[in-house]
Amino acid sequence: MTIEIIINLTYVVAAGLFIFGLKLLSHPASARKGNFISAIGMLIAVVATLLDHQIITYQYIFAGMLIGACYGGWKARSVQMTQMPEMVSLFNGFGGAASLLLAWSTVLSIGVEPPGSSHHTLLVTLLITLLIGGITFSGSVVAWGKLSGKLSSKAFIFKGLRELSILHLVGMVIAGIFFISEPLNGLWLYVIIILGLSFGLWATISIGGADMPVVIALLNSYSGIAATAAGLAIGNTILIVTGLLVGASGLILTNIMCKAMNRSLMNVLLSGFSKPIEQGEVIKGEVKILSPQDAFYVLEAAQAVLVIPGYGMAVAQAQHAVRELQTLLEDNGCSVDYAIHAVAGRMPGHMNVLLAEADVPYDQLYEMDDVNPRMENYDVVIVIGANDVVNPAAKEMKGSPIYGMPVIEAYRAKSVFVLKRSINAGFAGVDNPLFFKDNTRMVLGDAKETINSLIKEFSD
Amino acid sequence: MATIYLLFIVLLAAFLGFELIRKVPATLHTPLMSGSNAISGITLVGALVASGADHDLLTTILGTAAVTLASINVVGGYLVTDRMLGMFKKKNSN
Repeated sequence: MTIEIIINLTYVVAAGLFIFGLKLLSHPASARKGNFISAIGMLIAVVATLLDHQIITYQYIFAGMLIGACYGGWKARSVQMTQMPEMVSLFNGFGGAASLLLAWSTVLSIGVEPPGSSHHTLLVTLLITLLIGGITFSGSVVAWGKLSGKLSSKAFIFKGLRELSILHLVGMVIAGIFFISEPLNGLWLYVIIILGLSFGLWATISIGGADMPVVIALLNSYSGIAATAAGLAIGNTILIVTGLLVGASGLILTNIMCKAMNRSLMNVLLSGFSKPIEQGEVIKGEVKILSPQDAFYVLEAAQAVLVIPGYGMAVAQAQHAVRELQTLLEDNGCSVDYAIHAVAGRMPGHMNVLLAEADVPYDQLYEMDDVNPRMENYDVVIVIGANDVVNPAAKEMKGSPIYGMPVIEAYRAKSVFVLKRSINAGFAGVDNPLFFKDNTRMVLGDAKETINSLIKEFSD
Repeated sequence: MATIYLLFIVLLAAFLGFELIRKVPATLHTPLMSGSNAISGITLVGALVASGADHDLLTTILGTAAVTLASINVVGGYLVTDRMLGMFKKKNSN
């Protein structure tokens, strides 16, 4: 009894440390300390749990922890910053799978208890854990596959997908009812696990690569909710509280991403089911191409430059070259700012981390609403591998699929350089009127090489 | 009654979570996500009992697998978040 009290008191302290850690995450200067405090919370929660006298054998625990710690530590050290979306997806999946396995083993060990009303509550929470855990796991694995290029990042759609999804939901309800009435019958347990895994697969595979920021944030939320449900099932308060902190975090990010695309969550999740929108107008005009040499002459005379990075910067690994160009421009007496759109890249905050890796100070990074009012003051805007987030069609063309999305209004600057591999539509398949504006010049080629040739011009 | 008490915790923790996370600036959203990966590894605490309680073989295997996966999240999540946050610098600090 006394040990139980000690464990639960430790959980209270751990929860307090998690909360305090998250609070420190509200500023870049204190965030690292916050992360450390949160880790201390986790350490004491784990150590206290090991005192639990239900635990008889320790060899499997330590073997599991050792393997997990080694793999996790290796992954954390070796991952490239451009690959963070994949890693977070994979870890979301591990979190979901851990909750699924925990619920599964709990079902096996409670099967002998006598039925009662509290028994039913327990089974319902276990059912929810099994389903959410399964959906999180398979959904995250698909998202990981799409982000790492192991699967095609296009939305995979086929006839009958909608019916298949509805069939899954109906199946979950039916199997759930049978599971609660006959928990000892292993068949229903396995049917539920398979349905959860299968639903996560189809729900994610039908969503395209550009919507991945929303999907990752949502799966992040699910992994927390799965932990909460598992906590309700085994009556563990620290799991409930902590899981909800993660669940809330994922939901807030999901909401921010949806708002930044001017779409509802349902619209994103069901995007695979809608027919592609016909382009309202066909943009006519000529794009004006500029060589890096000529771009250099303009930049040499510029006083204020704004850089708008997108996923293309991550693909080209151009962040270090961008930073070098920034230093050269600043030495030349020019101010350099960065504008980061909320959905630039493949996960929330992706661009910020890449630029931080390249030593760009975080106080030179601005959000869309900070730069739009003073766009006229910029002599040159350099768009690197971004397309939809600077697309004026969102404001000008009613028929456009991205109409209404808040964008960085690059076209209002004195001149715009678009660094692009070739002239064709961006990820969303939307034509970009920005390319045809009078003040826009296209600098074609690999973003990194283009910037490197600009750097060369500066040093000559 | 115990269920009601747990639901009460659910309500308060959800509100607290929303209030806390709302204040995290956009520039830290990636570390926030990897950090919450680490925190969601709290499932480890539940998995420890499942793995070590000396039930039958299958339960132990499932529990140990859960311990392994949750440990990956905890260790990997905290370390990669620390690595990322170490990169964020203010303009005149270097």
